[in-house]
Amino acid sequence: MQHVVQYLWLIPAVPLVMAGIGALLKRERRRAAAGLAIGGMAVAWVLSCVAFVASLGPDSFRATCTVKWFDLGDASVPLGWMLDPLTAIMLMMVTFLALLIFIYSLGYMAEDENFTRFFCFMSLFGAAMLGIVIANSLLLLFISWELVGLSSYLLIGFWYEKPQAAAAAKKAFITTRIGDMGLLLGMLWLYSKSGTLLFYDNGHGCLEAASLARLAAAATLGGMAVSTAISLLIFAGAVGKSGQLPLHVWLPDAMEGPTPVSALIHAATMVAAGVFLVARMYPLMSAGGHLAALEVVTWVGAITAVFAAAIAVAQNDIKRIIAYSTISQLGYMMMGLGVGGVAVGMFHLITHAFFKSLLFLGAGSVIHGCHGEQDIRKMGGLKKLMPWTFATYAAGMMALCGVPLFFSGFWSKDEILRAAWIWPSSPVPFCLGAAGAFLTAFYMMRQVSWVFFGKPAQAAGARAPAHESPGVMTIPLAVLAVFAVLAGFLGTPAWPWFQSYLNGEKVRFEPAALLASPQLNLMLLSAVVVGVAFLAGWKIYGNVAAQSLRAMDPLQKALPAFYRLLENKFFIDEFYGATVVRLNTAFAALADWLDRVLWTGAVQAVTRLTVALARFDSAIDELGVNAGFDASCDGLRGAGRGLSWLQNGRVQRYMRIAGVAFSVLALALIWGCG
Amino acid sequence: MSAPLTHYLILSALLFCIGFAGAVGRRSAILVLIGIELMLNAANLNFIAFWRYGPHPEALTGVMFVLFSIAIAAAEAAVGLALVIATYRQRRTTRMDQLDTLKG
Repeated sequence: MQHVVQYLWLIPAVPLVMAGIGALLKRERRRAAAGLAIGGMAVAWVLSCVAFVASLGPDSFRATCTVKWFDLGDASVPLGWMLDPLTAIMLMMVTFLALLIFIYSLGYMAEDENFTRFFCFMSLFGAAMLGIVIANSLLLLFISWELVGLSSYLLIGFWYEKPQAAAAAKKAFITTRIGDMGLLLGMLWLYSKSGTLLFYDNGHGCLEAASLARLAAAATLGGMAVSTAISLLIFAGAVGKSGQLPLHVWLPDAMEGPTPVSALIHAATMVAAGVFLVARMYPLMSAGGHLAALEVVTWVGAITAVFAAAIAVAQNDIKRIIAYSTISQLGYMMMGLGVGGVAVGMFHLITHAFFKSLLFLGAGSVIHGCHGEQDIRKMGGLKKLMPWTFATYAAGMMALCGVPLFFSGFWSKDEILRAAWIWPSSPVPFCLGAAGAFLTAFYMMRQVSWVFFGKPAQAAGARAPAHESPGVMTIPLAVLAVFAVLAGFLGTPAWPWFQSYLNGEKVRFEPAALLASPQLNLMLLSAVVVGVAFLAGWKIYGNVAAQSLRAMDPLQKALPAFYRLLENKFFIDEFYGATVVRLNTAFAALADWLDRVLWTGAVQAVTRLTVALARFDSAIDELGVNAGFDASCDGLRGAGRGLSWLQNGRVQRYMRIAGVAFSVLALALIWGCG
Repeated sequence: MSAPLTHYLILSALLFCIGFAGAVGRRSAILVLIGIELMLNAANLNFIAFWRYGPHPEALTGVMFVLFSIAIAAAEAAVGLALVIATYRQRRTTRMDQLDTLKG
């Protein structure tokens, strides 16, 4: 394992180099650009497989490798990477999904003229994400964290000529920056308290027992343990990146980017980085038995899960629905981390990555087939026109809703609910989770019946009937569908391989666990919840697709005020617009006024004074110094002119003068001395 | 002993004056060179005369000096002529009053 970890840096380095080469390619070299990106990611995938196999080995749970970055005074700043089950499983997931989505992009972006730029950015993103995953130093993690933020910004704004895309890119960047500020503060605080940012360093790392004990023992404001305070600051970064309340507003807008980007970055990997961060910092979050930080994580996650699911019920843009679904599912992961620990949250992260990227790619295939249409009310009957897309989308949808036994989402969500059930602090998160599960099944049923069932709606302005997407797009869909179904079997209660792997234990096969007391009841409960939600959804929306675009949503007819609230996303954007943005604008206006009136006045007064002083100086110069200098110059010039007639270049005249002078001298000597 | 020293000196002075007049008066560079040669020869004549009437006429110092002086004069004439030719090629003239570019 140790010799594998030494070369682990290659996994992010290869895509990074490919992105660098891709950036130098001309725009016309489309095949080269795609080949570089896909090749680089394929290499990263193979290396990840090697790392994964190494991590399965019995010899050690975790291996690290540390290099010195630079010296600062007598302190040195080390960077490092590590290989443990958490890293290995994330590496497998990220590289595999990235590879599939890169291939899918070949078809989806085929007609885009900035194809080369797209693959360059995607490679850059892959490199940065893999950097987060392997980092053994909060500093390296933070650097990569900001790099994924940058590439997310670049890719959301990929079609920057669209004003909404440019605005969405800015919004994403600025909103996540608020959370990143917390992460940065937490990082600095952690460094000042523990003196290192390496996670694991043979007993000296900041996530190891000695350091954790110190952090948990120290108290800060209001008697809160320092470890809790740092955890909360770090969690702020995760909130921003993972679109949790109250910083979720950027994620739905991020759907302005190309669909493969939404699938890879804003569903499967980057937004899950927040969850990964919490999982990585879990020892700190729970240090010394202080559970306040984990309670915050749980509550934020649970509320987000329901809140975003409710909004998704009233959205009409196919990608926005799945975006809100992503926020909701990220909430589940956070809740899972809070109530059940790393394995519970991470299991949902992995299954979600597969089925959510499948849903996004399916949505992309629908949009591609419908010539860019994104409004689900203008679609319908695509089941017959796009059979492959329908079949795979249905698999993803059932996995997301948690249809019992055969779909991955069921197992991972059930784990979270079970952990929430036995959570000692409060029963509310469990209720919120169950309500979220109901809403999830409901909005997915609504979306699917609108898009795929009913009669094909010939939308106004559609040029041609919808068509199935090319094989380069449907094959990744099929592969993902298989994983969306099978990934769940890695962590069933009967055979909890995933949980044991992450915790470094030996897995046991216990079919009896399925029938144990809370387990069976909860499984039945979630089956009932999903079933009822499906029925309700089908009842309300089953035949809605045949109706015209102008028809109101049935829910809107029944509960107009509530629907309006949901349709407008609880007016959160408006609320921010009225408070934060207005405050900011007012402050900017004040600063502008100060600038124009006060500072400008001061600057102009100084300017006038300086000009007056300069005039005075110049007068002295002109009249005093220059006059005297000019006069002496004239004198010199006149003398020069007077002498210069002697020097007329005629050698004979010189000689004559010399002769006359010599004669005069001779005569003077003769008579003078005589 | 026929003529006294004074005669030689007068002849030499005349020769020098003729050379000097040529050197400062003529416009042609060739004639100026010839004037300078005359002045040199006047000086040589003085050497010989002063040696001959000097305190040690048996030592051949004067003759030696003059031989050296003649050799140097020959070299100087060669250099001067070369200069005149070079100047002519450059400026298409050998008139001294037109070669006045070095004026102040």
